[in-house]
Amino acid sequence: MFNRFSTLKDPQKERTLFNRRIWTIAFFIALLVFCLIIRLVYLQIFQHQVYTTLAKQNQLNLSPAEPNRGLIYDRKGVLLAENVPVYNLVVTPNRASNLKASLGQLQQIIPISKDDLNQFYKQLTLHRRFEPLPLRTRLTEEEVARFSVNQYRFPGFNIQAEMIRHYPFGSAFASLVGYVGRINAKELGQVDPSNYSATNFIGKTGVEKYYEPQLHGQVGYKQVESDASGQIVRIASQILPTPGDNLYLTIDSKLQLKAQEILGEQRAAVVAMNPQNGEILALISTPTFDPNLFVAGINQHDYDALEKAPGQPLYNRALRGRYPAGSTIKPFISLEGLVSGAITPDSVYYDPGWFKLKDSEHTYYGFRREAHGNVNLVKAITESSDIYFYNLAVKLGIEHIADMLSRFGFGQKTGIDLSEELAGILPTPQWKEKITHKPWYPGDTLNVGIGQGFMEVTPLQLAAAVAGIANRGQRWQPHVLLHSQTADGTQTAYSSLALPSVELDKSIWKTIITGMKGVANSPDGTAYPFFKDADYTVAGKTGTAQVFSLKGQRYNKSMLPVNLRDNSLFICFAPADKPQIALAVIVQNYTTPAAQVARRLLDYYFSTHQTDGTADKSNDNATGAMAN
Amino acid sequence: MNDENIISTWFKNRQRQMPNRGIGQILHLDWPLLMGLFLLVSVGLLVLFSASDQSLDTITRQGVRMLIAFLLMWILAQIPPSKYQTWAPWLFAIGTVLLLAVLAMGVIGKGAQRWLNLWVFQFQPSEIMKLAVPMTVAWYFHDKPLPPTFRQVLIAGVIIGIPAILIAKQPDLGTAIMIIAGGFGVLFLAGIRSRILIALVILAAISAPILWHFMHDYQRARVLTFLNPESDPLGAGYHIIQSKIAIGSGGIFGKGWLNGTQSHLQFLPEHTTDFIFAVGGEEFGLIGAIILLILYLVVIGRGLYISSQAQDTFSRLLAGGLTLTFFMAVFVNIGMVSGLLPVVGIPLPLISYGGTSMVTLIASFGILMSIHTHRKLLST
Repeated sequence: MFNRFSTLKDPQKERTLFNRRIWTIAFFIALLVFCLIIRLVYLQIFQHQVYTTLAKQNQLNLSPAEPNRGLIYDRKGVLLAENVPVYNLVVTPNRASNLKASLGQLQQIIPISKDDLNQFYKQLTLHRRFEPLPLRTRLTEEEVARFSVNQYRFPGFNIQAEMIRHYPFGSAFASLVGYVGRINAKELGQVDPSNYSATNFIGKTGVEKYYEPQLHGQVGYKQVESDASGQIVRIASQILPTPGDNLYLTIDSKLQLKAQEILGEQRAAVVAMNPQNGEILALISTPTFDPNLFVAGINQHDYDALEKAPGQPLYNRALRGRYPAGSTIKPFISLEGLVSGAITPDSVYYDPGWFKLKDSEHTYYGFRREAHGNVNLVKAITESSDIYFYNLAVKLGIEHIADMLSRFGFGQKTGIDLSEELAGILPTPQWKEKITHKPWYPGDTLNVGIGQGFMEVTPLQLAAAVAGIANRGQRWQPHVLLHSQTADGTQTAYSSLALPSVELDKSIWKTIITGMKGVANSPDGTAYPFFKDADYTVAGKTGTAQVFSLKGQRYNKSMLPVNLRDNSLFICFAPADKPQIALAVIVQNYTTPAAQVARRLLDYYFSTHQTDGTADKSNDNATGAMAN
Repeated sequence: MNDENIISTWFKNRQRQMPNRGIGQILHLDWPLLMGLFLLVSVGLLVLFSASDQSLDTITRQGVRMLIAFLLMWILAQIPPSKYQTWAPWLFAIGTVLLLAVLAMGVIGKGAQRWLNLWVFQFQPSEIMKLAVPMTVAWYFHDKPLPPTFRQVLIAGVIIGIPAILIAKQPDLGTAIMIIAGGFGVLFLAGIRSRILIALVILAAISAPILWHFMHDYQRARVLTFLNPESDPLGAGYHIIQSKIAIGSGGIFGKGWLNGTQSHLQFLPEHTTDFIFAVGGEEFGLIGAIILLILYLVVIGRGLYISSQAQDTFSRLLAGGLTLTFFMAVFVNIGMVSGLLPVVGIPLPLISYGGTSMVTLIASFGILMSIHTHRKLLST
């Protein structure tokens, strides 16, 4: 009965029911709103500090600022290494919509090589999608302009400016200044990583490597406010980076360029230094290469070309080339002869053009098998008598010879402020035993006596050694830094380091230098043809080193393949009595004799410098203007 | 009879119908409701101005939409509730057909098929359903003795379920939830018995895993990131983390209007639409958020009052259902932005930038006003 009754509508009852439900709903709404308020109180009061920190982190990123790398100048202020802005096109993958299509369209605006694209796709898979990835480097200004106009079409694509090293002279200073390149993980392990946090480049060779700490400077920091896409909105605060020091080198860039011009593509090296203080005036190895290629990262093709080039342009002959000294060793051995009393300036040996050791059947021939007759020391040096020095070497013995040669720095690094140099080899019986497990034969001593055999020297060592003779025993460590200049203008001069001097009797120096003067000035001198009409007095010594045993046959240059021809060497200093410049020249498998190279270089040097040691004023002004 | 007579007769009839009523009654406007809406809309424009990076263009477009919405509201307020009762099943039928049409040939917008291109303007049929579903459920119950029987509850469930499933398939989980909320609100007000209610809750709990099975990947991801937003800070969890940072860093008093770093530096995604509450929370702080909630409560309270004062079953149920739909939108949106609920795409009523949903919401208040202003004076 109740059931039937309920099938009819009862407005009063329904209304009561409805109002109860309305109140229930009002209660639930109040409850849920209360929940929201509790939640907001939790977020905005109790967690306020946490979220404030997070919001600050969101907007403020501490980003390191790269210091400007110090510039490198020559001694007269000519710029050798500078920083120039380059523009790279970068892509932030997660901000780019339809990357493939965009890349296709982009190619209609600026050219992108297959290499670039392959490189890009290769890196894309490994790359964090919200960090910019380089697509093309070194855009031209026109390309930058063309892209900028169309940038709205390419979301996620941006132009990024970067300071990049540039060597205005290209190849001329590659063997000296070196180059910078992208920093790698190993190099990052050797420096303070926080100081390099904004740095992309590091010195790889030469001055750039040796003086990396001075050139790099100190990293700065910027607190930047950035939006969610990483675009910098505002710089909140910053510590400016300290730029690296500018370096002034001892190099005379004009002399260096002249040396490059003279040597051309020959495999050769020249080191010129001031014997009075060890300043390197020129240091070059040819053929050379354009260091600018390495800065942005050399491509495989270019690198292979350099690596496989017959002249080995990447090989720094001046610092690392190890050559037989040849006859250039003779003045040093002569010194030991006089010091030890084994000979006097008047001692005479007969030179028939050949030499035989006691109890030996082997015949040692002199250079070109020429006979010089009776020779004293001065004549022996001037005419380069091998027979004289065979006799002297036998009389002295290897121990004495090695002792004197090491006093001039042979077999040791010179300690120049460049990190690539090698020590060469100064052979001794102990050395031979250790390396070859064979005893020292008397013939080995003969070879050392004329700068052949096991002995190996670098052009830098030769230059430093001949500078020692030029300065009458007072030796200086060679160096390329003249002074450095901090960003605020404070200059610090490099103080030359005096090496233990070779203290010898004045008359000994005089005898040796007389012989060396004869080389260039006496009609019998081996370098006379090159120096007979020079306006200055040169003291030098030629050398011709075999790179190939003739096995008793006569040397005929034109009949030998180029790479088996003799090396031509020349060491000298000028003016002979008040030396300003000491020079070591080596031309591998020569076509131009080293002495001829030296002559042209010295001519050039003395055309800009007075022979009394003062620089030519008018020329200084000219280079000064050039530096500006 | 001349023209003057016709007018005077109409006027007399009208006065007889509702003697001693004010101008609001004549215009069929409810002042408290209108005031609440105006305040909310003003706050909305204020926040939107900041959220849109002071874009006057955005404000103008939103303002124009609001004018259209209020005009539509006023028109709907003129139509007496009895008409809605008559139209309800037809509106429901048209809405269902349109939803099917959208599924069949809808244009693809934002990865979801929600829009029907009517040449002149794009139109979301699901918006009709926000009104049609509570209306139809209320229509269904208007002549039934209440509380409803189990069978009647099932039929109401079908009325709610069909559009809800069609909309969820679009996929538009947010609107589907609001439609279920509106329909269920009517069902609850109709007096559904507590034992059926409990049974439904149990059923819902059981069906959750089944629902999970039918969810889209992105919907699942949203639920998962709701449970642990830090698991994917740059992906799906990014929204929630950034909006919590915005609200939390706002503190009690906020960073000040136009000074929110989260929104202006673009960290906050969708900060003019679904996540606009976070902008308000960041710039106006807890105090601003509570004031906003109070404004919402004023509107909702007035809606419930209108519902309780309504004179027939249909009006009562419809007014309650629409008010509940409105509240659900507020609660789900703020809940999701503050990290209480998973992210479902529901805009914040009257504040978020965007067209159709706001127009429907404001228009639904026209129906509430109609219900309230078309009451006949009866002895109670």
